[in-house]
Amino acid sequence: MAYQLSPENQARVKEISARYPHPRSGILPALHIVMAETGWVSQDACDHIADLLGVAKIYVYEALTFYTYFPQKPVGKYHVQVCQNIACNLRGAENLIDYMKQKHGLTEGEVTEDGLFCLDRVECLGACGGAPMMQVNDDYYEDLTTEKIDQLFDGWRKAAGNGHQ
Amino acid sequence: MALEKHVFGGIDIPGNTDIKVYEANGGYATWKKLLQDRIEPGQVIDIVKASGLRGRGGAGFPTGLKWSFVPKDSTKPKYLLCNADESEPGTFKDREILEKSPHQLLEGMAIAAYSFGAHAAYVYLRGEFVKGWKHVEAAIDQARAAGYLGKNIFGSGFDLEIHTHRGGGAYICGEETALIESLEGKRGMPRIKPPFPAVEGFYRCPTVVNNVETLAAVPKIMEQGAEWYRQWGTEKSPGTKLWSVCGHVERPGVYEVPLGYPMKKFFEEEIGGCWQGRKLKAVIPGGSSVYCMTPEEFLACNMDYESIAEHGSMLGSGGMIVMDETTCMVEMAQVIATFYHHESCGQCTPCREGTGWVHRMITDIEAGQPQPGVRDLLFDVMDEMFGTTICPLSDSIVMPIKSMMEKFPEEFEYYIREGKSMITGKTRLAHKRIEEKSDLYRRGDPFNYPKSGDFTTSFDSVAHETPEFELPDLRYFRKVNG
Repeated sequence: MAYQLSPENQARVKEISARYPHPRSGILPALHIVMAETGWVSQDACDHIADLLGVAKIYVYEALTFYTYFPQKPVGKYHVQVCQNIACNLRGAENLIDYMKQKHGLTEGEVTEDGLFCLDRVECLGACGGAPMMQVNDDYYEDLTTEKIDQLFDGWRKAAGNGHQ
Repeated sequence: MALEKHVFGGIDIPGNTDIKVYEANGGYATWKKLLQDRIEPGQVIDIVKASGLRGRGGAGFPTGLKWSFVPKDSTKPKYLLCNADESEPGTFKDREILEKSPHQLLEGMAIAAYSFGAHAAYVYLRGEFVKGWKHVEAAIDQARAAGYLGKNIFGSGFDLEIHTHRGGGAYICGEETALIESLEGKRGMPRIKPPFPAVEGFYRCPTVVNNVETLAAVPKIMEQGAEWYRQWGTEKSPGTKLWSVCGHVERPGVYEVPLGYPMKKFFEEEIGGCWQGRKLKAVIPGGSSVYCMTPEEFLACNMDYESIAEHGSMLGSGGMIVMDETTCMVEMAQVIATFYHHESCGQCTPCREGTGWVHRMITDIEAGQPQPGVRDLLFDVMDEMFGTTICPLSDSIVMPIKSMMEKFPEEFEYYIREGKSMITGKTRLAHKRIEEKSDLYRRGDPFNYPKSGDFTTSFDSVAHETPEFELPDLRYFRKVNG
């Protein structure tokens, strides 16, 4: 069955798009709502958004392929986005990315086998005072060290092991 | 550590995201008084003009003047857009305001909207600022509940609604016309100016786009007056500026500094100088899109627009990136080039292709496999990229990289000749030669448009037909030497 947002979220998309002079402005908010539901945006979801807003499907496809914040494939339970830009690079981001790959088995652009983590390099996240830092799902984690990384990843693995995935 | 916050003290007040705390410290009183005293909108513009407040996002355009460009006799609806798409590398000051003092921003937006007759305003936040977005949304709800927003505010007959809008990870949407395009639901591709947004902006209506810091400074200026704001700063750069300091310093963070403050004093006394007792090597003072400065130039200037320009760079967004003696400048150039190549929207050929060329050439240098004549070719390409495009992103890659190559030429020559860094002795990207297809996702790739083979439905859209393209060989064209 083709993807559909929950009824509440469908109503939200319509309510939000009414805040703009034209429903096409509702595309980005709708993409965010889809991402909040599923963690990524599929082509089905794009078609669904186009239906909800009453715009051509191509407009949604255009937005999805331009705005890199929206993953176009699943990104695991924890989308680990590490900043690779100047300030973070100056304060050791590359070493931490290597550490995550070697010690915690992460691979760039791919979800780990346990379905938990996907590592991606991203550009400046606007938190350079806390460099090196990363964004995992909605949250920023700053002033990273190898110890902090161990703590965070072990904690997430434990949480996933205890609860349902 | 003596620098006080005068305009942005709200950032340090605990609980200031709560409207009650904000009101207890005098918040919204200015907005209320403005409406109840029926102050003329034109007077508001005059006060902001007299204060000399300049755009704090990077361009430094006089704010009051920008507001005055909105045609008063236009029958179209007018819009105020707050640019909270803070993505300039090294800049993280707007985040403080969004997360810790959102009511200050809302009050500033209300006063600004009133001054030129906007009844709808949007805060365009970068998608990654989830916490900032939540705080601003909560603040809007509180402000609306308390009657500071909505219809017929305090019986003045003035309506105003403020909404948030989240971006999707595109740096280019910080450019004002690209922001407007993005708000219209399109790809964030800048528009040619003129027409300027004040005349034709959001859905072709008069629009003003202002940075978060600019708008958040407005309540205090209206409350205390233009002369109060001018007690700091210089004649041409009055007031204070939020500086984001990062990189190799003892005390990174956000500092409010009177414009014109001596840079040497700030560097040594306020931020503790270069960290770990090391020597300063280079500084980029205004976010990565400006020229790199040597320690001599940097320590000699004052922290205002004119002085920094005289010493060879630009104040820009005030994102100060400090580099110590262990920094390999070729590595910095490669990191910067990657960023701009990634973020180019793809509209203009010099930028779309040029950022790619610069990125690949510097990566090849760092892979130990530079093509012959790469240094001259880099300068050649960068010359073609400067001032030839719709928006300044193309200039923004040229400025830092050209200045690094001119001020640290021996490092680039060494890497090209020896195949390894003069500073670290390593070939940093030995395994990362960019060959057939760039492993970097580029939003500006013209072939990044959806092809009908990718999507399994036929396009029943009315506006476009997607052309069929084969992914080309993206190896850059090699110029024949000589």
